[in-house]
Amino acid sequence: MAYTEEELKKELETKEYEYGFYTDIESDTFPIGLNEDIVRAISKKKNEPEWMTDWRIEAYRVWEKMEEPEWANVHYTKPDFQAISYYSAPKKNDPNKSLDDVDPELLEMYKKLGISVDEQKKLQNVAVDIVVDSVSVATTFKKTLGEKGIIFMPISEAIQEHPELVKKYMGSIVPTTDNFYAALNSAVFTDGSFCYIPKGVRCPMELSTYFRINQAGTGQFERTLVIADEGSYVSYLEGCTAPSRDENQLHAAVVELIALDDAEIKYSTVQNWFPGNKEGKGGVYNFVTKRALCEKNAKVSWTQVETGSAVTWKYPSCILKGDNSIGEFYSIAVTNNYQQADTGTKMIHLGKNTRSTIISKGISAGKSQNSYRGLVQINSRADNARNFSQCDSLLMGNECGAHTFPYIEAKNKTAQIEHEATTSKIGEDQIFYCNQRGIPTEKAIALIVNGFSKEVLNKLPMEFAVEAQKLLEISLEGSVG
Amino acid sequence: MDLKDKLISSFMAFENNVDVDHPVHEVRMEAMKNFEIKGFPSKKEEAWKYTSLNSLQKVDFSIFPKELNALEYKEVKKYFINEIDTYKIVFIDGIFSSNLSETTHDGVDICLMSSALNKPMYKQIIDVYFNKVASKDESLTTLNTAFSKEGAYIYIPKNKMPKKPIEIVHFATGTEASLMLQPRNLIIVEENAEVQIIERHQSLTSNEVLTNCVTEIFAAKSSIVDYYKVQNDAANASLIDNTYVDQKDKSDVKFHTFSFGGKLTRNNLNFYQNGEYLDSTMKGVTILGDKQHVDHHTLVHHIEPNCESHQDYKGIYGDSSTGVFNGKIIVEKLAQKTNAFQQNNNILISDKASINTKPQLEIFADDVKCSHGCTIGQLDEDALFYLQSRGIPKKEARALLMYAFANNVLESVRIPELKTRINKLIANKLGVNLGFDL
Repeated sequence: MAYTEEELKKELETKEYEYGFYTDIESDTFPIGLNEDIVRAISKKKNEPEWMTDWRIEAYRVWEKMEEPEWANVHYTKPDFQAISYYSAPKKNDPNKSLDDVDPELLEMYKKLGISVDEQKKLQNVAVDIVVDSVSVATTFKKTLGEKGIIFMPISEAIQEHPELVKKYMGSIVPTTDNFYAALNSAVFTDGSFCYIPKGVRCPMELSTYFRINQAGTGQFERTLVIADEGSYVSYLEGCTAPSRDENQLHAAVVELIALDDAEIKYSTVQNWFPGNKEGKGGVYNFVTKRALCEKNAKVSWTQVETGSAVTWKYPSCILKGDNSIGEFYSIAVTNNYQQADTGTKMIHLGKNTRSTIISKGISAGKSQNSYRGLVQINSRADNARNFSQCDSLLMGNECGAHTFPYIEAKNKTAQIEHEATTSKIGEDQIFYCNQRGIPTEKAIALIVNGFSKEVLNKLPMEFAVEAQKLLEISLEGSVG
Repeated sequence: MDLKDKLISSFMAFENNVDVDHPVHEVRMEAMKNFEIKGFPSKKEEAWKYTSLNSLQKVDFSIFPKELNALEYKEVKKYFINEIDTYKIVFIDGIFSSNLSETTHDGVDICLMSSALNKPMYKQIIDVYFNKVASKDESLTTLNTAFSKEGAYIYIPKNKMPKKPIEIVHFATGTEASLMLQPRNLIIVEENAEVQIIERHQSLTSNEVLTNCVTEIFAAKSSIVDYYKVQNDAANASLIDNTYVDQKDKSDVKFHTFSFGGKLTRNNLNFYQNGEYLDSTMKGVTILGDKQHVDHHTLVHHIEPNCESHQDYKGIYGDSSTGVFNGKIIVEKLAQKTNAFQQNNNILISDKASINTKPQLEIFADDVKCSHGCTIGQLDEDALFYLQSRGIPKKEARALLMYAFANNVLESVRIPELKTRINKLIANKLGVNLGFDL
């Protein structure tokens, strides 16, 4: 039996966040607030060398003088940075743990999320570095990767074991002074992932990290650093779900990708943090700085599916420094109820014959606001640079908004830039056509949305594409008739 | 003393010359207060990110010209569309020139802002329209409002159309080493009426000129407004043009902006669609060289349902010139069935030229068709080769292609003599003579 529109709306409004459960793990949490002592304490807790502590302190001092950015097209109550606890690690954390040592309660939690570690390890052929509340508790497939010389570990361990790499690259793409949230992250980050692919190595599996925010009132500040040495290839997945919470939680991550000569990095994200309930209460603030550097002939491809978070503020960027380097950005951003997203990319063309592609699909429903904000910059030495951008927005219902703010700056006469943007809604005739052929309205919408986002979904690795497709359906079901 | 302070202190002197008891003076004082707080916009403001007014603020501009400089028609004939008969409202250094002008009160009012402000018979219209659509917030507009005294006043009553097009021309003669002008125009087109207007700012010397112009246009139900801005000023002249258009049901307003000259030109075109089934069109051709800078800022605010807007801007940038295009389209929740299109194509022909473009869509209604397209590229090498292989010299071949590129915009110019004139200006700017008009 087909749903009526009203019934569907009702069902969806009452539909609670699927992953909104809370696992009771004893946490080792710092007092709330932020000052130099807290920064030092985090560093000490992590057993960090002195240069790292100094780096954090420097970032903290810069942050203190900065002001929160207000240019984004989002409105929210600003988080109180003194009301957040900056460190929360599950207890019983042993550096020499194996999978068996992992807290059974945690394993239970992953099972609920559908990523039971032990099962996934064999079946999915995915090495997962799981981050629960800032501390990495389980790393799989380390051995297989080790044989190839690939380093894939929590960044806190990398600081101990590979200080030369961390020291050289951390902060080189996103300097501590870059922006308010990057500075904050640099000062207080507690963990994250570190990945190094040696020269000429093709990473045999998709690397993956899984983030969750668990403890109430804790901000999550993770730091990811991926280095692909000359001629190497890696595909990296990042997925997020967070439990249901009433107060807003802050998530301010920094991701740095370095693709050296001839290297290729593919970075995919499925973001499904708690978006707040239907009144717009609660939800995660997602303020992320992601940037990649491409050396000669290198290629970086960002793919993202953004369905969660109350407020998203995220611009994965590519600095195309080397000649012939390629930057790509594929994005689907879905907002429903009171969600707000201001997302897009920056393509900075510095080298000759550099190319970039931007495909951005925004879908807004309910009372949400969805913005694309992007920059394409061709510098005077970037001969024969090429850019193609396409931003499409789909509006569902008349209480949401779709916005585009593309900045295009060309300083070279050989530049070729194309930019296209369209805004439309799902046509009544399209739905009618489907209905006529016996496809219920609900399915028809899913079908059309899928078609609309296909270009981007196709770019995701297989396992992710399925999950993403499902997420799209969950996020949008019943939001139009 | 910087320009802002000078303007603030000049305001008192200005007050001695106007009727301070007129209700408009309240508006002026209010506007002055706003400018005192805001001052000149800086590059930190989003709307002025790519255009800096710093160097202009360092110039010691005269705010009031000391003496009237007379001009003979034959000296300036070439700046008019002299092939056809037109009504003319001409200003020399900001002061109305009666011997060059041809105004009328025959069925329509084509006259001066100063008389509209001073004569009691216009009071009612001034009360209803003056400063009603212009921004009370934007600093340069309020600066103009504060000093508003002179300009063109055009009133076309219901069902009327003036017999010929109207030319509004501002000359600067260089009696002052540097001069700042602030003309204020008010144009009211009543129901079913129609008007064609050509506006030009022309400096006749190499002395520095800064014009901060505000034009308010009210297009009532089913009216038609055709407005052409010819910007081919001298190398030391800068223009900040603020135009505000209020449109009612079924009206059709078209703007064509041709920017070839001047040092710094900033066009703020703002359309407010306060009715249904209406159409707004903005088109522009920009061809720049040297160190010229042109900044087109357009805003179309779709407030009511079933309306359309069309924008088409073409730019060709040579030497060290810089171009900016910022097109903003806002579609309100109520404005269902809106069709809004925007197109911006640019060609860079020099290594030092640059273009910054930012098409912007803000959409709150779901049943709309909105699109924007933007390209930056070069002349097609194959097409160039084709023309050369048929014996057309490279320079002419390039010019031909550029003509073709700009032609979309020229096509909709409805005054043939003006079109010919623009063609000549383009040929001049490109430094070629094709021996025919397109």
